[in-house]
Amino acid sequence: MSLLELRKLNKHFGGLHVTNSVDLTLRTGEIHCLIGPNGAGKSTLFRLILGEHHPGSGDILFAGENITALKSFARIHRGLSVKFQVPGVFKGVSVRQNLEIALQSRHRGAELEAEIGRLLAFLGLESEQAQIAGNLSHGQKQWLEIGMAISLKPRLLLLDEPTAGMSPEETHMTGEMVQRLNADGMTVLAIEHDMAFVRQVAHRVTVLHLGQVFAQGSIDEIVADERVAAIYLGQAHA
Amino acid sequence: MRGFLSLFRHLEGPQTAGRGPAFWSLFSLVLVAACAYPLFSDGYTVGNTVYFFVWVFIALSLCLIWGYGGSLSFGQTAFFGIAGYGYGVLTINFGSAYGFTLVALVLAIAIAALFALLLGYFMFFGRIAGVFLGIVTLAVTLMLERFMAQTAGPEWHIGSARLNGFNGMSAMPPLTIPWPGEPLVLFADIGLYYVVLGLLVLVYLGLRILMNSAFGNVIVAIRENPERAEMLGYDIRKYQLITFVIGAALAGLSGVLYTVWGQYITPSSMGMTAAALPLIWVAVGGRSDLTSTLIGTLAVLAAFQALTIYGSQYALVFMGVLLVLTVLIAPNGLVLGTMNWLGRFAARFTQRAG
Ligand SMILES: Nc1ncnc2c1ncn2[C@@H]1O[C@H](COP(=O)(O)OP(=O)(O)OP(=O)(O)O)[C@@H](O)[C@H]1O
Ligand SMILES: [Mg+2]
Repeated sequence: MSLLELRKLNKHFGGLHVTNSVDLTLRTGEIHCLIGPNGAGKSTLFRLILGEHHPGSGDILFAGENITALKSFARIHRGLSVKFQVPGVFKGVSVRQNLEIALQSRHRGAELEAEIGRLLAFLGLESEQAQIAGNLSHGQKQWLEIGMAISLKPRLLLLDEPTAGMSPEETHMTGEMVQRLNADGMTVLAIEHDMAFVRQVAHRVTVLHLGQVFAQGSIDEIVADERVAAIYLGQAHA
Repeated sequence: MRGFLSLFRHLEGPQTAGRGPAFWSLFSLVLVAACAYPLFSDGYTVGNTVYFFVWVFIALSLCLIWGYGGSLSFGQTAFFGIAGYGYGVLTINFGSAYGFTLVALVLAIAIAALFALLLGYFMFFGRIAGVFLGIVTLAVTLMLERFMAQTAGPEWHIGSARLNGFNGMSAMPPLTIPWPGEPLVLFADIGLYYVVLGLLVLVYLGLRILMNSAFGNVIVAIRENPERAEMLGYDIRKYQLITFVIGAALAGLSGVLYTVWGQYITPSSMGMTAAALPLIWVAVGGRSDLTSTLIGTLAVLAAFQALTIYGSQYALVFMGVLLVLTVLIAPNGLVLGTMNWLGRFAARFTQRAG
């Protein structure tokens, strides 16, 4: 069963062909990592999936439904959720209120309080709950936004560089977080440059290069691929 | 019943400064003082206080749209004018019998809100935001002023109400409440004072509840990061539009009360100066907090009037200086800055005592 299916997605920014006839299928229940050099078009692909950008041509199917023409908020209601590349927390309000804003459309009253508490514990942000979100460290902001994204109980979670700015230990913890969510049934598509993270969590890996799907397979197949080494991993592992 | 009680739970929360017994005791004290005040004053002074109160509604509307919602609107003045003229046209045509002035008050506000609904629909569903929203609303406001200013000729009338161009419209009846025997006519002194004070308390508390509710959470989320808010599943256009319409209704209330207070309204009430002044009150007080906005507006208005005695040019310079000082010293507002400082001070004091 496929949860998300991208069919021949094309997007131009002026003369720049950012996504070039991208075909990608996500299986229900998998953790799929999207890697590729800077500017490959990874974040743009996310914005197409989320409806922030509209493709010049091609189709996006989610759980069998064609969502290409849907507004962003409607796609979220269908079961999509995202953590952006630049952490998009509500900087001026407290950590707790950030989570409340994310949770309040699903929970009310005492139940809402309990959910907030549960999520704070899951994220390890209990002692920071009263802090203004703008004062958190970069890694904590990443976790907070992941928390907001998963509070919607999405069927598909999109993570754009979830471990950027994290120490190796924090990166590993984030990997475990993702694996726990996945064990509970969440399908995950993650953009990541940190190969240790990719190795830790990915069931399958897709390499995007110059807006095109360049290679796809297990992490071992990708690492062994000399073409991939030449365009991307060569630099990272040098 | 539980839903009703939970409303009161929202009287305080993270979106509004002031909480706990100390704050509400002070609030009650101020309220009692405000109720007793006309007994110790003369009609003229009370009327003047009503004039100050009238402006608080438009300031609160800007606090809501700009301070909480993050959209800088110059359009509040337009809604003020539309409702003011609306009240004039309605009451001059239909008189004040059978409590019609109260109907006119509601209708005039509804007209302003309807206008905001149309304008807001095109802006928010057309994804106009930031500076462009400011430009569009300012353009609308100034266009309305220009338009009303050229309606001097006798051909410009709605029913028996002449628009009168730059001289404005006058002699509309004051608010009149039907009463067995003699109807109560609320002239701009004690009678109007209690009505406006009542409305002020109602609006202030109502907005506190609104801003601390789930709806207020979303409004603040849109200010902080509209993209993130939308990606949590909120149709932010709807929330922005609703906020804009509520704000327009409040500005309209200001406009009607202003018209009722002086029994006139002129195009200059929609001019550039009129559009800029509320921004200064709100910025100086603290745009992201209702209480700061309320206190700041009253304080600046009183200072402005006191200085006008020495010449209005000084008063305007004073406003400019005040704005610059605010931006430099307390960008979130002087009153809000002071309230936060007092809060921290009190917290440290109670900590040490306990
Ligand atoms: N809104 C936009 N308008 C014009 N060009 C854009 C826009 N957004 C992205 N681009 C360009 O499209 C290309 C792909 O950008 P994208 O952000 O998708 O890359 P990426 O793969 O996520 O890179 P990184 O790893 O650095 O995050 C880049 O050349 C970028 O400059
Ligand atoms: Mg990117």
